[in-house]
Amino acid sequence: MSKNLRIANSKFIDQTSRISFKFDGKTLYGFKGDTLASALLANDIHLVGRSFKYHRPRGIMSCGSEEPNAIVQLGNDPSMTEPNTRATEIELYEGLEASSQNCWPSVNFDIGAVNNFFSPLIPAAFYYKTFMWPANFWKLYEYFIRKSAGLGKSPTQPDKDIYDHRYIHCDVLIVGGGISGVMAAKTAAKNNLNTVLIDDKNILGGTTLFQQNESFKINNSYSNDWLKKEIESLNSLKNLTIKTRTSLAAYHGYNYLLARENLTDHLNINEKKDKIRQRLWKIRAEKVIIATGAIERPLIFNNNDRPGIILSSSIKKYIDYYGVKCGQKISLFTNNDSAYETAISLNNSGVIVNSVVDIRDKTNSLMVKQAEKLGIKIHWKSTVVNTNGYKKINSIEIMKLSDDGVAVIGKKIKEECDCLGISGGWTPRVHLFTQSGGKLKFRDEDNVFIPDKSELNQISIGSCNGDFELDEVIKNSLNSTNKFLNVDNNDYKNLEIISSKEIDKKNIWLLPSDKPMGKTKPFLDFQNDSTANDIKLALREGFKSIEHVKRYTTTGMATDQGKLSNMHALGIIAETAGVKMGELGTTTFRPPYTPLTFGAIVGRNVGEFFDITRKTPIHDCHVEKKAEFENVGQWKRAWYYPKKNEDMHDAVQRESKAARDSAGILDASTLGKIDIQGSDASEFLNRVYTNAWSKLEIGKCRYGLMLNEDGMVYDDGVTTRLGENHYLMTTTTGGAANVLSKLEDYLQTEWPELDVYLTSVTDQYATVSICGPNSKKILSKIIPDLNLSDDEFPHMSYKNGLIDNIKCRVMRISFTGEHSYEINIQSSYGKSVWEKCFEAGKEFNITPYGTETMHLLRAEKGFIIAGQDTDGTMTPVDLQMNWIVSKKKFDFIGKRSLYRSDTIREDRKQLVGLLTDDPKEVLEEGAQIVAETNKKPIEMLGHVTSSYYSPNLKKSIALAVVKNGKKLKGQKMFVPMKNKTINVTITDTVFLDKENKRLNA
Amino acid sequence: MFLINCPYCGERDQSEFSAGGEAHIVRPKQPTELSDGQWAEFLFMRKNIKGVQLERWNHAHGCRKWFNMVRDTSNDKIHAVYKMGEKPPIK
Repeated sequence: MSKNLRIANSKFIDQTSRISFKFDGKTLYGFKGDTLASALLANDIHLVGRSFKYHRPRGIMSCGSEEPNAIVQLGNDPSMTEPNTRATEIELYEGLEASSQNCWPSVNFDIGAVNNFFSPLIPAAFYYKTFMWPANFWKLYEYFIRKSAGLGKSPTQPDKDIYDHRYIHCDVLIVGGGISGVMAAKTAAKNNLNTVLIDDKNILGGTTLFQQNESFKINNSYSNDWLKKEIESLNSLKNLTIKTRTSLAAYHGYNYLLARENLTDHLNINEKKDKIRQRLWKIRAEKVIIATGAIERPLIFNNNDRPGIILSSSIKKYIDYYGVKCGQKISLFTNNDSAYETAISLNNSGVIVNSVVDIRDKTNSLMVKQAEKLGIKIHWKSTVVNTNGYKKINSIEIMKLSDDGVAVIGKKIKEECDCLGISGGWTPRVHLFTQSGGKLKFRDEDNVFIPDKSELNQISIGSCNGDFELDEVIKNSLNSTNKFLNVDNNDYKNLEIISSKEIDKKNIWLLPSDKPMGKTKPFLDFQNDSTANDIKLALREGFKSIEHVKRYTTTGMATDQGKLSNMHALGIIAETAGVKMGELGTTTFRPPYTPLTFGAIVGRNVGEFFDITRKTPIHDCHVEKKAEFENVGQWKRAWYYPKKNEDMHDAVQRESKAARDSAGILDASTLGKIDIQGSDASEFLNRVYTNAWSKLEIGKCRYGLMLNEDGMVYDDGVTTRLGENHYLMTTTTGGAANVLSKLEDYLQTEWPELDVYLTSVTDQYATVSICGPNSKKILSKIIPDLNLSDDEFPHMSYKNGLIDNIKCRVMRISFTGEHSYEINIQSSYGKSVWEKCFEAGKEFNITPYGTETMHLLRAEKGFIIAGQDTDGTMTPVDLQMNWIVSKKKFDFIGKRSLYRSDTIREDRKQLVGLLTDDPKEVLEEGAQIVAETNKKPIEMLGHVTSSYYSPNLKKSIALAVVKNGKKLKGQKMFVPMKNKTINVTITDTVFLDKENKRLNA
Repeated sequence: MFLINCPYCGERDQSEFSAGGEAHIVRPKQPTELSDGQWAEFLFMRKNIKGVQLERWNHAHGCRKWFNMVRDTSNDKIHAVYKMGEKPPIK
């Protein structure tokens, strides 16, 4: 580790601020400005992980988001640790801890590496093929496969970090702050357009930022110096917002984009404290300019995956930007001019460049000449046929290419090196363009897909648009930007540009070796360990579509989404199958461009902010009484009120008995309430309910059943006629919002001629329900001047009353079968009315009961709960509620469907009662009902929908839906459970007080 | 995410709206006179075209008004919005 791999003069690294960090438990040092990857390389650490399938040693391969190998686990706090992060994108901070993934017991000694020696036995889709049989062994296989393969550990405790969401609305969004993005941003902002420029790096400038080379000059300055001044000039622009460390994740239709801004990931633990970690920006842009640049391609040759084999442009960034030498004797392997730029940079920094291996015959561009002038050795028309070195490359083997490029000839030259830079040309980053629905076209001359047609208001500029030469980038970016923004900016007129031009191009997707194909390992997808041979195997096995080959070989399906591998996979498929690449199409790029944290996606919507919690105005009283609550939709409803040592069963039994023996009190405020007014209100109700409403007198209440147009029960509730043209409808708690929407829909779209107005008043009224034989006495204490006689105030009617001079509506309606009243009062008085009832009911042992008791009491009476005893397949006839379906009415929602061939079937599932032979045996809700137990397969006739132990009847009761149940009354049935079979008898649905005597008790 | 031009409120984010399926399916005036087949045609049958489609939308988290939309399902382009009861402006 004594090697000094850091050069002295990097402008971007602060060499006065040393930072300590840990990798795989070992303390190392880097500098402010480093990424984890650059700091590791400076410490001569290349080996950072093992490959997925063969567990081959893998090293850092790039310097950006395309990194396939340097995937690390960040941190080890069980609530903050983050798997699958790219070391090339992690900014170094004091105290950073990271570790290798996918290796056991350690990255240097990995047991799974035996897979490498068995690799001829692990071809493409090995797992699919092998572990398909026997099918029930999969459970066993899966355990071991996951154990040896897993990509990182997910955190086991809730995330402590804070995340945030915000919105941006702008005229122009520019994605990518390289040279073309910077020029576009300046142009837009100078022309008074509200402009936002984002870049995923910590500073703007892209690769031009460190391009200091004689062959690239603008107005007599090096391109980097020129760009630096341009970036400085952005600061004075008022219309421009610059967001660095912000990565565009998704580009959706209508120019709606999501970007993730890292706010604290680069800070040390003390600086991070109490700050928002990441912010997800939701951006709506009038115009979008994509300037995301290009990704360098690797070359596909035998053993191209060893640690120390790095993309040539990344080696250049490590030396020119981070001041880090990736090696001390570096060889380069290329099919284009970019590797020469790297060679020149290395040479200028005093690194030995062994040679450049170039598959081209010979070329004379400005840059190649410059390299030759520096004395850099070039192997023309040659290829690397093999590399050596297990944990790090130590030599390469070079041979001449045949004229047709499919074979190698001549003598093999061995060249010692400690690093190999590879360059297979450039792939425009078109991911965002295609995410947005844009279509690509293929450019044959240099084998690239470039943006073609888009439906959105957007353009791509710079190298993501297929312009790779500096002069083209500048000229074309300016032209398209001006045209797109419809401006005529003069800042960039008459630029003098010197730019080396690539003259000769040559591409071989899979480079030949002196060994036969079966003996080579030319890796395509480094993260998922698929080779060119796997692709060829898939094609031999008959796969043709790129999407199928991709899934079969898993090429391009790792966390990097094939940023490096996709083009070669396409190229090899096209070549092998003998089709043109442009005709083959590409796989689909899906958002996010780089993985997003769940934290950023949910933002502040966590914990109690995940969903709205609705509480009734009486909620505090239930809390005081130590109620257990249940969630009903968004509502918190009192479930039961346990007294000391009581469990739910005991509490419910006690509550149910008290409600029938003396008095019970229920908070019914959550029931949906819709105020209906208008001259056609009666007609409207006639159309939405199954029964008739025209003759309902003012002051009377009626139960109604609402169907869907398909005849199935949708909701139910009691509606009261408050006046000639005024009704108050109640709905189920969970159905309130949907019922209102449905009624609005019919009013607006089907019956606009009706004069009806609907208003939700659920939140405006509190509802206290008192029931039981003593309810009348209690009410008379609260509203003494109300005549409660059965003649004056009969069941199913309503009266206005005054409680302490506050108006209220009292409905005499019952969901329990008991004599019962519902008091509706302005919400703010709900609590005091509840307390008043309590006070008045004290002498009668008034007992608060929750939803569970309410359900039990109504089940004793055989009253349905829409949504529990019905499930969207039950008609009123199935529920044996024919009495509520009007035969006289011309039409109502769902009427016609009650006469469809399917709905008039006799043997539909129908609602029945069930009694167990053993009265103590309580059935499980959802349990299946069968007629015989020895025949197999057993026909399932139905299931239990509601089931309770009734303390009032002292036996178990249940409601169920059973095929042809109406005709099976009195029949014995069976409910088979895991350990036993329960004998039951089908009965009527009403278990208690069939004559309804208690209503007037 | 679409930008939808509610005919009552103007341009709003899609998250304020809910989609209500195919438009211009009129509820039969005399359902009882229809055969099972005819009723089923109204009740169940919906087109799902790749291309220009007429749809019902509701500004659920806004004015709560229903309106119709001409949308190309192949590229999500909204060609027009119009009020209930109006004829589609383009076909």
